[in-house]
Amino acid sequence: MKLTGAQILCESLIKEGVEVMFGFPGGAVLPFYDVLPDYPQLRHILVRHEQGAAHAADGYARASGRVGVCVATSGPGGTNLVTGIAGAYLDSSPIVAITGQVARPFIGKDAFQEIDITGITLPITKHNYLVMRAEDMAAVVNEAFHIARTGRPGPVLIDVPRDVFIEEAEFHYPGKVNLRGYKPTLQGHPAQVKKAAKLINEAKRPVIIAGRGVIISGACPQLKELAEKGQIPVVTTLLGIGSFPQSHVLSLGMLGMHGMVHANMAVSAADLIIAIGMRFDDRATAKVSGFAPHAQIIHIDIDPTEIGKNVRADVPIVGNVENVLEALNEQVSPQNRVEWISQIEEWQREHPSTAIRETESLLPQYVVRQIHEITQGKAIVVSGVGQNQMWAAHYFQYERPNTLISCGGLGPMGFELPAAVGAKVACPEETVWCIAGDGGFQMTIQELGTIVQEDLAVKIAIINNRFLGMVRQWQQLFYRRRYVATPLAGPDFVKVAEAYGIAAVKVTDRLQVIPAIERAMEHRGPFLIDFVVEPEENVYPMVPPGAALAEILEQPREEVSAR
Amino acid sequence: MATHTLIALVENKPGVLNRVASLFRRRGFNIESIAVGHTEIPGVSRMTILVDGTTAAVEQVRKQLDKLIDVVKVTDITDESAVDRELALIKVRANPATRSEIIQIVDIFRASIVDVAADSLVIEVTGDEDKIDSLFLLLKGFGIKEIARTGRIAMTRGAAGPITIAEEKPQQKAARPKKTKGANEISNL
Repeated sequence: MKLTGAQILCESLIKEGVEVMFGFPGGAVLPFYDVLPDYPQLRHILVRHEQGAAHAADGYARASGRVGVCVATSGPGGTNLVTGIAGAYLDSSPIVAITGQVARPFIGKDAFQEIDITGITLPITKHNYLVMRAEDMAAVVNEAFHIARTGRPGPVLIDVPRDVFIEEAEFHYPGKVNLRGYKPTLQGHPAQVKKAAKLINEAKRPVIIAGRGVIISGACPQLKELAEKGQIPVVTTLLGIGSFPQSHVLSLGMLGMHGMVHANMAVSAADLIIAIGMRFDDRATAKVSGFAPHAQIIHIDIDPTEIGKNVRADVPIVGNVENVLEALNEQVSPQNRVEWISQIEEWQREHPSTAIRETESLLPQYVVRQIHEITQGKAIVVSGVGQNQMWAAHYFQYERPNTLISCGGLGPMGFELPAAVGAKVACPEETVWCIAGDGGFQMTIQELGTIVQEDLAVKIAIINNRFLGMVRQWQQLFYRRRYVATPLAGPDFVKVAEAYGIAAVKVTDRLQVIPAIERAMEHRGPFLIDFVVEPEENVYPMVPPGAALAEILEQPREEVSAR
Repeated sequence: MATHTLIALVENKPGVLNRVASLFRRRGFNIESIAVGHTEIPGVSRMTILVDGTTAAVEQVRKQLDKLIDVVKVTDITDESAVDRELALIKVRANPATRSEIIQIVDIFRASIVDVAADSLVIEVTGDEDKIDSLFLLLKGFGIKEIARTGRIAMTRGAAGPITIAEEKPQQKAARPKKTKGANEISNL
């Protein structure tokens, strides 16, 4: 039977198990929207800006482990997706973006709302397609989802000219993809695994650095086994948070520019680094030449281009983390590294990185910790970018994978609210807390409308310091405290929320924090809390830009004691 | 730093050349030359890419290229025994007085004259870059009007084994546009 391109697209999405799409209609993509009522199993969530659609699809993918789908029209629809696609690309998040394109005869003519979106997204997608015939549609969708979710996941864009949506073709779903140019290596090379096991067994001061690859490949149990069997302390990257329970005695928390002091010290003193599913981002390594100067490095990653890209690897293992760790665990001998672990514990006692200073004023750290306490850690936290992101990473204790959703690689302010939309749609039974800054929140504030329209019970905590906080912190520390273009005269967020029909409360005193969070939790629908916090609070610990991991600054002690 | 020769076998699909070129630009690598043409395998084109860089940098290029979905296989043949060739067309000034001298030079280089006009000759020469450079220098004195070079293509010698793709069973891929005419296919890249 012949179907239109739009119908084939819908049928194919259903074949790929898609249940929900985040999108925004427009001229070129209208033929697709027109057939949607015939496919009630495809839920469409109308966002308020296409950037929100891409971030929501990303948040959905991160929370659920499934492919997130976003839809936009040609021209500005596509360009508005770009930030969200880039965020998904840098953090290996599987999304499929579908864009309308002007009709085939108009391509290349600078037609109304024509933009070369496959050209624009070339460096920020894992792959992209311009579908020029309806008969190609099914195979393209099949390939796109395969590419998005396998190997190192990532975004794939499908651009469809308006007349291809209308063109008719036989629908036949291939179901099986065989791309000769795309064969991810899944098993680690046995000789390399053996070498790695030998290094691990001989190491005196090993440290595991776990990244998001552990979570993506579902290797958290294998990571735990490796750590426990070899008694190897585990630090994580920002995106690796949740790969290893932070309450575990071997957990050292996050490393990097805003890592825990003892985690950075452990990496700097280590004689062996076992880097698993991570890519040595500069925010994790700090100055590369000063990174783990005494250590040999085992680097396990599914993406061969990551090996040796930023940091030398003594034993590279390309493969799916789960498979590699399974093979490795068989060869790692049980150890008790009492001396090394007690050394790290001593550092941790001497440098409590997440202590909150005593003060009467309302501190952002306190707010995040209370969210953790009141939810008992049973929540998905979606952070923005900047200070709020680091406090969300530091003061909430993460025990399970995919419980911190944060856009680390790209760092797009405004990620938090739409990504929280995606997370809540993916996990309606879970409590979703969106921890936002007052700056980033205003970048995608319009998605409050989406939350109301879809009745999504997202809980929003605005860490409102009336500054672009992280930029201000850099100005304070490195630009002689000249606060150029960082003070914000924000709106009354409570009134904004109320205008959308969202219950909200402003908190200015620390005594109001717990009741406000409790009220948000008890409230059936979405709830917003505007936490008016200490304006010039800084994120510590901090490795200054250009310094090595071990050269980490702690919160000045006079600041801790004086106030 | 040295010049490396990479052979990339790529799917002959719209945008492939763009993907490859874009990758080089984005990662800050310089292409010295690139030559593209068909292979013995239907739907697969072969790119010979000359790139300058340290071994580590070129290894990174190789892996990044390999990561592109439409790139099937990439091989660095710099250290292999290989035949490499480039073709050049050189239009040189020639008058009755200089013509025979030019023809002598062309003979020595085993090049050939492919066009004769009243005041010029077009010479076709094949060889490695050094040979073409030498001929160019010798002809320079007569006055070069125009030169066109293809960039290097290369092939490993017998012992090394062919750079090709193991034949797979025919795949059902409606996404792959079927092309027939060669010229068309190149312009599609």
